[in-house]
Amino acid sequence: MAWWIHRGLRRALVPRGLNSSSPLLRPPAASSPYFSSLQSRSQENAAPESGIGGSTSSKTASFRSSLNPTEVAKFAAIAETWWDSQGPFKPLHLMNPTRVSFIRSTLCRHFRKDPFSVRPFEGLKIIDVGCGGGILSEPLARMGATVTGIDAVEKNIKIADIHAALDPLTSSIEYHCTTAEEVVKENKKFDAVISLEVIEHVADPADFCKSLAALTVPKGATIISTINRSMRSYATAIIAAEYLLNWLPKGTHHWSRFLTPEELVLILERAGVSVQEMAGFVYNPLTGDWTLSDDTSVNFIAFGTKRNE
Amino acid sequence: MAAHRCLLRSSVLGSSPAFSAGKRGFSVLTEEPVARLSAGLSASGGSDPTPRRREARNVQWVFLGCPGVGKGTFTSRLSQLLGVPHTATGDLVREELASSGPLSNQLAEIVNQGQLVSDKIIINLLSKSLESGAAKGESGFIHDGFPRTVKQAVCEKNYGVTTNSEPFDVAIIGGGMVGLALASALSSTPFTKHLNIAIVDPNPALGGCSSYYIKNEIPGSRVSTVTPATISFLRDIGAWEHVKHQRHAFFDQMQVWDYTGLGYTRYCARDVGKEYLGCVVENKVLCNSLLLSLQEKDFKKTIIPAKLTSMTVSSRRSSSGVSSGQSNTLDKSRTNNSEETAEPMHLQSLVRLELSDGQHIYSKLVVGADGAKSRVREMAGIKTTGWDYSQSGLICTVEHTGENHCAWQRFLPSGPIALLPIGDNFSNIVWTMSSNEANRHKLMSEDDFVKAVNYALDCGYGPHPQSNFLDNYIGRLPWGSGTTSIKESFQAPPKVINVVSERMAFPLSLMHALEYSSSQFVLIGDAAHAVHPLAGQGVNLGFGDASTLTKVISEGISMGTDFADLALLKRYEKERKAANIPWMAILDGFQKAYSIDFGPINLLRAAALHGAQYIAPLKRNIVSYAMGEWNWPRFT
Repeated sequence: MAWWIHRGLRRALVPRGLNSSSPLLRPPAASSPYFSSLQSRSQENAAPESGIGGSTSSKTASFRSSLNPTEVAKFAAIAETWWDSQGPFKPLHLMNPTRVSFIRSTLCRHFRKDPFSVRPFEGLKIIDVGCGGGILSEPLARMGATVTGIDAVEKNIKIADIHAALDPLTSSIEYHCTTAEEVVKENKKFDAVISLEVIEHVADPADFCKSLAALTVPKGATIISTINRSMRSYATAIIAAEYLLNWLPKGTHHWSRFLTPEELVLILERAGVSVQEMAGFVYNPLTGDWTLSDDTSVNFIAFGTKRNE
Repeated sequence: MAAHRCLLRSSVLGSSPAFSAGKRGFSVLTEEPVARLSAGLSASGGSDPTPRRREARNVQWVFLGCPGVGKGTFTSRLSQLLGVPHTATGDLVREELASSGPLSNQLAEIVNQGQLVSDKIIINLLSKSLESGAAKGESGFIHDGFPRTVKQAVCEKNYGVTTNSEPFDVAIIGGGMVGLALASALSSTPFTKHLNIAIVDPNPALGGCSSYYIKNEIPGSRVSTVTPATISFLRDIGAWEHVKHQRHAFFDQMQVWDYTGLGYTRYCARDVGKEYLGCVVENKVLCNSLLLSLQEKDFKKTIIPAKLTSMTVSSRRSSSGVSSGQSNTLDKSRTNNSEETAEPMHLQSLVRLELSDGQHIYSKLVVGADGAKSRVREMAGIKTTGWDYSQSGLICTVEHTGENHCAWQRFLPSGPIALLPIGDNFSNIVWTMSSNEANRHKLMSEDDFVKAVNYALDCGYGPHPQSNFLDNYIGRLPWGSGTTSIKESFQAPPKVINVVSERMAFPLSLMHALEYSSSQFVLIGDAAHAVHPLAGQGVNLGFGDASTLTKVISEGISMGTDFADLALLKRYEKERKAANIPWMAILDGFQKAYSIDFGPINLLRAAALHGAQYIAPLKRNIVSYAMGEWNWPRFT
């Protein structure tokens, strides 16, 4: 157990440039044409790396690090079924109200909004990084926020756009097919940056957290949810969910890419976000409901605020 | 009508903010677009919206101003620049005059006399031009000189354009007790009181301002027994206040026995430490109180005095999304829909309801509260299960000597007869018997009927039950103190002297809908379940449905979920089925158990009655369950 922690910490803490040799961080070989073009592009950029120095290497590494092409391809394949609440995304639909309740209570408290109002997020600008089909963006928009949703998969954005247009309350959501890094380059800032169930699919979580932090206004909120790296999560999220219950397609998650709460807190600290609250999600198989709890051993969500610079 | 439709039909992406508030077409146009004009001009020149949005952007602008200010100049130049048709009502009139159209004679007269052309004609002309434009594939418009009057802008009912084109959030079909209770509950919950509700019921009494029914009137025959759980629900929504000012009767005792004389049971509210077992209220009083509670709240409700004739669901497809040329899969019904009626996108996901007075309304969620023969259930295609009891229930109000604070129920060979206090010296009779018998009793003279009732309640068919030594022994076991009704002996019910209301008979059956909800529809009350009246639970189950549905919708809205989402409605269904099905099973069980006259079965029933009378924990559980205090029997 200690070895896993050590390896994970090393991955999180060691400077970026040195990590490209680590077997953990090299993007796994994929047959997708997107990946091969990506590789050739990054190889071109890698040549002048040593000459120009840290900034260029960080740019190329960050371009490669945020998007993991195999992950992207995985989601593109099942994009159309996002809004079928009995389809492949059923666990996400079941879990969504619980996540939204955590987000609602933490953001209302942080921004001093009235939790009993129907639209408590009126006036807040929120970005949903890795929005997928918009499962989180729509409830946020209904609660009054000005929501921007970004995702790497073009299909997802199309689906999200179409579905959001059906309800006048959600038709104001802006969806873009882009990455967090691109949005950082456009110098956009948001009151709250939310990225749920994305960081475990990203190649360099530390870098991803830096991008998320860069998108947040000072004293703004950053919320990340992911799956813990523990024995129990291996049994539940990988074996039970993927192999026994068929909730998720096999290979959706890689246990080695999960982050423990301590690691997440560390990389967020390094990015300038101090984590204030954390909660876990627990599934009750008898009633089929998810609830918030202190048990962060499988799914957990962290709420942090960006330090004032 | 067509003009209205055309105005609403536009791509959402470009002009959605104006319509996302769901306002009526014309009033929005006068306020928004003039302000947006400058924004629009700068937007077209300045920072660029993403390419996707520019193609899809539609323009719906109105230019207002006094004569000579330059409206015509602007509109013609802008319409060229933006590629959008522009309409000037002056030009339209001149065109119509020049062509020998149907209106040209009318127009000629008006124009020659120097009068303003009437709003009706203007709208007609406008509709025609927009329709012909739409046929050519144009979308969007710039109006020059329209609307000119408030009337035109507001587009009244006189023109046959329905003002109810504003979509509703919830349409409650059926304004009976349960439907009104749902509306009232939605208006009292913080997260749902902003919703826009329509109540569709042909009963004209719903529209007027109501006042209290005076207590001295003869009580009506249709009454309901409300349990304490229902009373606290009604108190929360503010309706119980009004019931208290009208006739109602609490009762704290109940006696149940059968014709064999082998056993009886008496229940008392003090067994479980409460003051009353329930309250008997006339149905019209309940409806009235609910309506009053609804009227006194500041709540967006529209009562539509019409019947529902048909419903169409624009099926919202979850995966590949909506038509208008974007989806690859073929769905003929949808593409036809978008070509022919050209519904605006934000209405496509709503249910369209056609009403008997010719209007149509749109609603996000349709609630069927229209009783056992629910049309909503039929139209939603929800199947039911159940069977007819070959019995009818005969109800009427009777007068008796002395006051009555106890509910009496005696099981006869043909069915139970119940005597429920309504207040003063009046009680309500609910007598279940075979349909032929019910008819006979309905038609017989009043004196004969009074005799029959007394016979059925008192000495007919069998002797009074007595308690024996075994009962006293069991009763004295250490069950714990407090269950005083164990010691009470059998009492004879009051003697009926007079029938004061008309007698009504209804066939009885059991009915249960297999599902309570499907996408965008949900059933509450008798539309979902119908039970035997022998325990007076029917309407209480319905009120429970209304309360749970409100709670589920409120939770959904607090979490930002779409409240017509099927997953949310299924939660309601799960909770209510868990509560309703046990009750239905129990009541059906009772009905079947008491319809057999066979020695060993009679003894079993008698034993059960004795047990229920003398075994204190069992009795307490039965009383609590019947009062609606908990869902599962627990033995504590």
